[in-house]
Amino acid sequence: MNTIVDIQNLRKIYDGGPLGTFEALKGADLQIKEGEILALLGPNGAGKTTLISTVCGITRATSGKITVGGHDVVSEFRAARRMIGLVPQEITLEPFEKVMRTVRFSRGLFGLPKNDAFVEDVLRKLSLYDKKDNKIMELSGGMKRRVLIAKALAHEPRVLFLDEPSAGVDVELRKGMWDVVRSLRDQGVTIILTTHYIEEAEQMADRVAVISKGQILLVEDKDALMARMSQKELTIELAEPLNAIPDALCAYGLELGRDGTTLRYSYDGKAERKGIRRLLNELDSAGIAMRDLKTQQTNLEEIFVGLVKDDNP
Amino acid sequence: MNWQAVKAIYYFEMARFFRTLLQSFLSPVLSTSLYFVVFGAAIGSRMQEVDGVPYGAFIVPGLIMLSVMTQATSNASFGIYFPKFIGTIYELLSAPVNFLEIVIGYVGAAATKALFIGVVILITAALFVDLTIQAPLAMLAFLVLTCLSFALMGFIIGIWAGNFEQLQLVPLLVVTPLVFLGGSFYSISMLPPVWQAISYFNPVVYLISGFRWAFFGIADVPIGLGLLAITTFTAACIGAIWWIFRTGWRIRQ
Repeated sequence: MNTIVDIQNLRKIYDGGPLGTFEALKGADLQIKEGEILALLGPNGAGKTTLISTVCGITRATSGKITVGGHDVVSEFRAARRMIGLVPQEITLEPFEKVMRTVRFSRGLFGLPKNDAFVEDVLRKLSLYDKKDNKIMELSGGMKRRVLIAKALAHEPRVLFLDEPSAGVDVELRKGMWDVVRSLRDQGVTIILTTHYIEEAEQMADRVAVISKGQILLVEDKDALMARMSQKELTIELAEPLNAIPDALCAYGLELGRDGTTLRYSYDGKAERKGIRRLLNELDSAGIAMRDLKTQQTNLEEIFVGLVKDDNP
Repeated sequence: MNWQAVKAIYYFEMARFFRTLLQSFLSPVLSTSLYFVVFGAAIGSRMQEVDGVPYGAFIVPGLIMLSVMTQATSNASFGIYFPKFIGTIYELLSAPVNFLEIVIGYVGAAATKALFIGVVILITAALFVDLTIQAPLAMLAFLVLTCLSFALMGFIIGIWAGNFEQLQLVPLLVVTPLVFLGGSFYSISMLPPVWQAISYFNPVVYLISGFRWAFFGIADVPIGLGLLAITTFTAACIGAIWWIFRTGWRIRQ
């Protein structure tokens, strides 16, 4: 796949203000492939929004280079920005405007001639068509967020940035939004979404990028990342509580549950020899009776927390 | 040039004006009528003619200028400050538009609104007093240039302002006093020599004088000087806006 957004050694220093200078991006590198959904994960203040804002032209880079579709975002800003749609984190809409008019405005602003049929189609896909003549102030929070998406899609962008799209959106609506995002991807739109909901990244993303303290820590295929980083855990429920782990089982690094009725064994889910059968045999020889067994896999959230924790010792 | 964007901004801003058309239309008509009742009928009848022009008619150009200047300034400043205040400016900053297109859209709309109000006042005034316009083209040129230059200034104020109070500050503390002291309701020659000299430092004097000349053929300062003043002011505003967008001052970090 071709690279559609190329970010190289991007630095952004905010200066002035009572807090002095602040380096929000410290040489970030990121290549986004055409047609993928990339989830950009990172804790608050990691530089996610600054990164997006710099690509979109809202913030100026201190140094570094960004191209979108091969167009430099500074010297060829018109060609680059025409390709980009941005859904900001905050709901920022003129309250007295009507839905149709505000979406039409966005299309015109990006240099496209009026096409109400297209705009109405976008509204229909986002279940906003019957609200097209309503004022923004009459809409619910979820609807307003969808208006922001409609505005971003009004000029038929090739790259869509969604900055925390499901903040404050209920579960049903969130799922609906995911469907919209997936169908956009199917049409060939490249999607970059920042999110706090790891579940969202897990559900949607093809690749995951983790940003922390202004640097991209890793970019990896989501499935490969989950497989590589995933730890599995076996929980053994005991028939009788134990006071301590028998010496013979020390090598397994077992953890005894608080009331002594469970044993936990962590192992590498990808390893060839996981040691489960040997452990069970040894439990049997030690005369420890089991009632039940359960295995669990770490999710993206735990992987993410682990990564960011390593970066912030 | 991204003319589609210019059109989009212009229509979007004009829509705001038409949404409150009654207000936009009624308030200048009402205030002009009040001025005529007070200055024209009540006080004007006891005033001498100024340079051969009845006082009621004499104040018409000044009245139009007063409204046009304040309306152009406040419309343009609000037009760009509001998106900054509610955050929708992100869209403008991420759109494929340059400073010129943004300025033509916003300032063009603000100037159009001010021009509309100026014409409404002129029509209202014509109902109260006999008006002759000796140089209609010059009148129109002065009116349009004033609308444009004060809208440009308003645009700068809108970008500079950090809150609604600052937004009101310049129109209230600078524009209104300058217009009142700029000979809207009197001829500069009616002032004592010291105040006459001071008045020549007030740029609005040149605009009102030129505008009044277009009506009655009388002026406090030479007409060429008036045109030069307004052109210089317009150029200075455009220069300042160009600098603002080049440096991103107060809009782009």
